[in-house]
Amino acid sequence: MSRRSSESPASDLEGSEQGDPLRPSDHVDGVAADGGSASGEIVNPKLGPIGWMRWAWRQLTSMRNALVLLLLLAIAAVPGSIVPQRSADPNGVTQYFSSNPDLAPILDKLQLFDVYTSAWFSAIYILLFVSLIGCVIPRTSHHWKALRARPPRTPARLVRLDDYRETRVEIPQGADAAAEASRAVDLAAQQLKRGGYRIERYDGRGGFSVSAERGYWRETGNLLFHGALVGVLIAVGVGGGFTYTGQRVVVQGTSFVNALTDYSSFNPGRFVNAENLTPYTLTLDKFDITYQPIGSSAPGQAGDFVAHLTTQQVGGEATDGDVRVNHPLDIAGDNIYLLGNGYAPTVTIRNAAGVVVFHDSVPFLPQDTNMTSLGVIKVPDGMPEQLGLVGFFYPTQAKLDSGAFTSAYPDLVNPSLTLNVYAGDLGINDGTPRSVYTLDPTGMTQLTGGTTGVDSIELTPGQTTNLPNGLGTVTFENESPSTATGYEQSVKRFVSLSIHRDAAGPWVLVFALIALGGLLLALFVPRRRMWVKAVVDGTAVRIEYAGLARGEDPTLKAAVDALADKHGAAFDTPGA
Amino acid sequence: MVRMPSLDSISVLLLWTAIAIYALAFIAYAIDLARRSALALDEQDAVLVRERELVGVGARSGVDSVAQMRAEARAAEASVTGPRSARSRLVYARVGTSLTWLGLLFHIGADVTRGIAAGRVPWSNMYEFALTGTMLIVAVYLVVLFKYDLRFLGSFITGLVMLLLGGTALRFYTEIVPLSDPLKSVWLVIHVFVASLATALFALAFALSVLQLMQARRERKVIAAEERAASADGDVAVSMKPARLAFLRTLPGSESLESLAYRFAIIGFIFWTFTLIAGSIWANDAWGRYWGFDTKEVWTFVIWVLYAGYIHARATRGWRGTRSAWLSIIGFAAVMFNFTIVNMFFKGLHVYSGLQ
Ligand code: HEM
Repeated sequence: MSRRSSESPASDLEGSEQGDPLRPSDHVDGVAADGGSASGEIVNPKLGPIGWMRWAWRQLTSMRNALVLLLLLAIAAVPGSIVPQRSADPNGVTQYFSSNPDLAPILDKLQLFDVYTSAWFSAIYILLFVSLIGCVIPRTSHHWKALRARPPRTPARLVRLDDYRETRVEIPQGADAAAEASRAVDLAAQQLKRGGYRIERYDGRGGFSVSAERGYWRETGNLLFHGALVGVLIAVGVGGGFTYTGQRVVVQGTSFVNALTDYSSFNPGRFVNAENLTPYTLTLDKFDITYQPIGSSAPGQAGDFVAHLTTQQVGGEATDGDVRVNHPLDIAGDNIYLLGNGYAPTVTIRNAAGVVVFHDSVPFLPQDTNMTSLGVIKVPDGMPEQLGLVGFFYPTQAKLDSGAFTSAYPDLVNPSLTLNVYAGDLGINDGTPRSVYTLDPTGMTQLTGGTTGVDSIELTPGQTTNLPNGLGTVTFENESPSTATGYEQSVKRFVSLSIHRDAAGPWVLVFALIALGGLLLALFVPRRRMWVKAVVDGTAVRIEYAGLARGEDPTLKAAVDALADKHGAAFDTPGA
Repeated sequence: MVRMPSLDSISVLLLWTAIAIYALAFIAYAIDLARRSALALDEQDAVLVRERELVGVGARSGVDSVAQMRAEARAAEASVTGPRSARSRLVYARVGTSLTWLGLLFHIGADVTRGIAAGRVPWSNMYEFALTGTMLIVAVYLVVLFKYDLRFLGSFITGLVMLLLGGTALRFYTEIVPLSDPLKSVWLVIHVFVASLATALFALAFALSVLQLMQARRERKVIAAEERAASADGDVAVSMKPARLAFLRTLPGSESLESLAYRFAIIGFIFWTFTLIAGSIWANDAWGRYWGFDTKEVWTFVIWVLYAGYIHARATRGWRGTRSAWLSIIGFAAVMFNFTIVNMFFKGLHVYSGLQ
């Protein structure tokens, strides 16, 4: 059951090491190097600089070092699952800072909010991969030679191997014993060859023998696996440079052009030329979503999201394309993902003279699963003072016990828009970038709601009401087609799209699959040697069968037995 | 009017039946282990009696000889890995195995009815993962029995599954709700199923590694005792505690246990590697990136690296044996941690436990 090779008397197996896979010196199959330096316990103090470097390199490429680095990597990855990470959860980090103001800066110093790009995490995996490359290169060249080497000479005393069988076959009177012995080995050689072994005859010294070896794929697989891991790392590192992701909110009926200026956020890799994006356009025709009905097991649960887009490339036809969760849309090598969705109420504002000073569908950001949504409307021009309106949209308005409104269901059953009006300076004239989703009320006066004594504005689709102080009117447009009855289509939807170009992904996948294939070979192909030897012994031929595992090989004994049985049967059949 | 019970409540009923049957199987297997202990002790007594007659009273009484231990281990190994006809006839182990098969039938019933009631594969929330995952643990164990006689792991397997299932039924039960969009993917079927298979194999490897450690400890003691007995004068009796864990004498030696554990661990590792790759492909479809160090991704990676470490350790001088066994144990602890604590308490994108 156990691996037998390590217990075998190596001295008896002359030359058996020549074709073996090369292993770091502290591999269990390895021979302990003199002075114990292989295991790193004893250091020779009289090493010169070159000696030291060699020693350090030996340490770095040892099995033990690989193992320790692997374990360190596992441990080092854990904190990133406990402390929020800037890459995966930036809001979590902000929250962490506000709830642990003393601890957070210390953790930040230790790069615990950026574990996977931290100096210490990088150090571990870079060392691991240096070790990996240092380990794999010599093994590859050694294996390359081994692939063309012949199986080694048959050991003198096969009987000393653990997996050994022996039979005596009496030779009929008058037959040539030596010829029979030779025939036995011929037969064995044929059988082994058919079994996928590479064979070599070693006759002489009163015996005939064949030495056979198989399972070179085991080492090939191991090298493929380790090499492919390097491939994964390089693909991630280099491919990441050519990768970009960007986000953009698109309201129903409007378009997006794939150009830097049209993105609301854009993260290019190092080698991306952001001025040179493929200029296709996307138009959101319609967004479909279903909600589980009230009374079902999960009322209000949203699903079956589909964004129906029209896409057009320069000089190309307009084509329809859908974006669903799990099914991104591929256009010009970019993938379009559906990141979020919500309502974009259409609002028209007129000044006291009745002139339209604002008309747009404004994306309101969902705040809960019932789509209570928060939005901001900014009117920079056309009014005596700049106006800002902050408010909530409720697709199905309901009143809480406190008197506040909420949404009771995410679909448009009883839509309602409430707005508070601020007048003053929006703070956008000096060119300071401001989020379109927030309003900074400093420098503004609140005109409705709160402590002003004036009621907030409250509108249902199609309604118009007066702004305070005779400023004009505000209308919540009903977007339903004229034939519609209920409210289902009264408010437009928006989707938030994420646009990715992923240069690394396909390569990472290819290398990962090579690694998987290599692993299968490395773990399940048995590498073994077999010997069949025939010696004339008086009136009989003694046939010896022996096997030696090179690495984990639980089926060796069965293989030796099978060979002995099959060969015995064939040899007994005359004329075989 | 009589209301038909819903398919889901039938599923729950089947589940509790399965748990009860597993409990019985656990008891049968536990009795089996106890009887193996008794059997081993009887044999030891018989040997002692023979020795006394041969050598005279007093000499080396109560000491297992190393040679005897090796012989026992070889016999046990032959019975574990040999043909089915060569297996020891262990009545209670047989009862345990039959009950486990019966429990599995009910367990499959519970799983399938849940799937039919939900109209999809029954592994889309924590309750269902647990249901299917434990089912695979039992199934893998029973299938492995065709090849290896690992019935000495029966009490571990049925005990583990009984606890996990009981906890699941009590703590994780969730009403059937429609799948959320990200879960509507073939990768749900493949990724989660393969992950559960890997878990089942890791569980077997874990149990074997634990036994390996116990066995190695016993072997060390026996060897040390014999050395002491040899250096002491002939008639100084070295007492051996009547071993509570005498069933270890009916098991293969620690090296054999180790190589068995290794065999399951590497198959589990292959499945886990596949899980990792399939998960990345799915993440790329659903979230637009194949890897983002989300908590669940981190733990899948940590487990993968731990088992890679275990496989390395087995090939590293000074690490084969006890140290590598600890890595297998730590690896499985991480798998269980990932399944329970990370699912329930860690924040991340994988919020599919369905728990509040
Ligand atoms: C990214 C880091 C690494 C990972 C994930 C890894 C993983 C693995 C795995 C899964 C195996 C078992 C499959 C097989 O035999 O091919 C293995 C085997 C092996 N690895 Fe690595 N490895 C890493 C780095 C290294 C390094 C740095 C070395 C050199 C010191 C190394 C040397 C070996 C050797 C010699 C074997 C064969 C073991 C045997 O004879 O059974 N590995 N590795």
